[in-house]
Amino acid sequence: MSDVELKNMTLNFGPQHPAAHGVLRLVLEMDGEVVERTDPHIGLLHRGTEKLIENKTYMQAIPYFDRLDYVSPMCQEHAFVLSAEKLLKLEVPKRALHIRVLFDEITRILNHSLQIAAQGLDLGATTPFLWLFEEREKLMGFYEQVSGSRLHAAYYRVGGVHQDLPLNLIEEIEEWLAGFGKIVDDIETLLSDNRIFKQRTVDVGVVSPEEALSWGFSGPMLRGSGIAWDLRKSQPYAVYDQMDFDIPIGKNGDCYDRYLLRVEEMKQSSKIIRQVLDNMPNGDVIVRDSRLYPPKRDDMKESMEALINHFKLFTEGVRVPAGEVYTAVEAPKGEFGVFLVSDGSSKPYRCKIRAPGFPHLQGLDFMTKGHMLADLVACIATLDVVFGEIDR
Amino acid sequence: MFDIFYNENFLAFIFIMLKIIGLVVPLLVIVAFLTYAERKVIASVQLRKGPNVVGPFGLLQPLADGLKLFSKETIFPTVSNKIIFLLAPMVAFSLSIAAWAVIPIADGWVISNINVGVLYLFAISSLSVYGIIMAGWASNSKYAFMGALRSAAQMVSYEVSIGLVIVTVLVCVGSLNLSEIVYAQKSVWYVFPLFPMFIVFFISALAETNRAPFDLPEDESSLVGGYFTEYSSMLFAMFFLGEYAAMIMMSGMATILFFGGWLPPFDIAILNQIPGFIWFAGKTSLMLFTFLWVRATFPRFRYDQLMRIGWKVFLPFSLLWVVLTSGFLIIFDLLPSSV
Repeated sequence: MSDVELKNMTLNFGPQHPAAHGVLRLVLEMDGEVVERTDPHIGLLHRGTEKLIENKTYMQAIPYFDRLDYVSPMCQEHAFVLSAEKLLKLEVPKRALHIRVLFDEITRILNHSLQIAAQGLDLGATTPFLWLFEEREKLMGFYEQVSGSRLHAAYYRVGGVHQDLPLNLIEEIEEWLAGFGKIVDDIETLLSDNRIFKQRTVDVGVVSPEEALSWGFSGPMLRGSGIAWDLRKSQPYAVYDQMDFDIPIGKNGDCYDRYLLRVEEMKQSSKIIRQVLDNMPNGDVIVRDSRLYPPKRDDMKESMEALINHFKLFTEGVRVPAGEVYTAVEAPKGEFGVFLVSDGSSKPYRCKIRAPGFPHLQGLDFMTKGHMLADLVACIATLDVVFGEIDR
Repeated sequence: MFDIFYNENFLAFIFIMLKIIGLVVPLLVIVAFLTYAERKVIASVQLRKGPNVVGPFGLLQPLADGLKLFSKETIFPTVSNKIIFLLAPMVAFSLSIAAWAVIPIADGWVISNINVGVLYLFAISSLSVYGIIMAGWASNSKYAFMGALRSAAQMVSYEVSIGLVIVTVLVCVGSLNLSEIVYAQKSVWYVFPLFPMFIVFFISALAETNRAPFDLPEDESSLVGGYFTEYSSMLFAMFFLGEYAAMIMMSGMATILFFGGWLPPFDIAILNQIPGFIWFAGKTSLMLFTFLWVRATFPRFRYDQLMRIGWKVFLPFSLLWVVLTSGFLIIFDLLPSSV
């Protein structure tokens, strides 16, 4: 035996792999079915977003944020508009803030339902996937009603949101909300109490609180390990300070805890949505400032000032005072931050994006060490990685 | 010169060939429509419509699929062992068809009514692991290789408990002949006295046919396509058809062993009027529906969990039941006379 050299098998997992969640490429060192080392390769979806934003006005930059984490677009727009508003020291109208919270939470449900669906699918349960996509379909319908687009909304604006809610939308959301609890319960009967699902997720991919902190985890990955840290509570933005909701936390930091946590977050989100709908104030949805808000078409035909405002102030974009600012929002996947440097022109000098998925992906190696290949798949699902934001 | 054609053996040969064609052709049609049924059943569970474009209610979908696969290019990976790569799906497919030789569809409707029918079935289903191993090895791909290894381990493990389940039925019947097994259930179906064994058999059958929740060999989320990752066109179709034929075979076996084969549930005149193969087909379809239903409901096991259930739960449990059943039969002197 002594002259036989045993070597671990190297397995190239992805990017064309059904469980690779987009363009994840892992180089795995395997000892039979057991994963010894995981080496994530990134960059396959790099589009140079940060650099592109430097050549765009603040308004033109907003759609790039939809395309980072394409499962939770509006939360990311929120982070960007917040940073610009901070530099501009704008007072955003109350109604706009409420609409933002409403759509942040709709986005959270959109994201978590995709995550839970994908986790089920990765573990072989195909049915929750289709059931939850039914809900996503309806939620994307709400997106479409306010922004005209089902996925890449580009709805938030520096100073508010693009346009007011259409008639009846509030009633429609209420109607949807009434039926949503039932769907969540159905999903829970299929997954939460299912023996096989538990066997596949309990004690798999355990993250201790210390590890979660030292690897820079945030969002459900951090709360799953028992650390109650949620930017909506710890440094509230928009009108989260007026909302009554709880932060669920996990206990063991395994995949099952994070799954339960996401289910609970969906319930909390629907609670927030209900509060927003009940307390929706009237008024403007964007700061009435010609630099931020285009004049009406009709006015432009009649009034010279409107025309000038449009081509001079609005199309040129708002000139943001020089300075630098970091703002972060609690995106569904974790802390999504924007570090913005302005040189006083109408285009950002630098826009660094902090994507929550990036540190999470780094943790994959320690989470999966010694687990089996099938557990690796469960771990990838629980990380909730989306390559749009990791590669940027 | 043409004497050979008037030979008695030759006529018998022609007759056998006709019987085989009479069984295999409907079987293949049923296999094709089982894929349609699977898509429809799973679609309704998942609030979808399923195939509904090709033909009325999408009924021609299997034909369209078959045509598509038939017209596709067969791709041989450059590093594969071409002969074995080609042979593997043939082995898998022909074995799953060959098993049908001994299955009695109705009273006397069987190609070969041999006395070791159960053993033959058992042997054939054990052999089918070779098709998978050959496919995994010949593809020379890591995913296919791992799929094949998983599959081999899984099929061998669950064969053991299936074997013990069959032994339990056999001690009750006293014959290895499948028709005899059915006759023995004239008064009561074995599913009632041997219910726990039926559960073990059903779950093992899921594992034996590589169906969800035991579909690890083709675990899409970790192994891409498992042992047939590298296969395309008709070679892939043969694996596919083989899997579904094996599913029908296992359902048929469950029907024969536990649900009284072609016998009606009660021995009364009206029910006896209905031809036996309709009872057989009905019971088998019910079993098949359960296969599909399970697939739509459950997540997948992990490799080690699957092995644990096979060896640490099912094996001792079915062994215990063999002992219990035979003990019961001996104490109350119920052993069948032919033993």
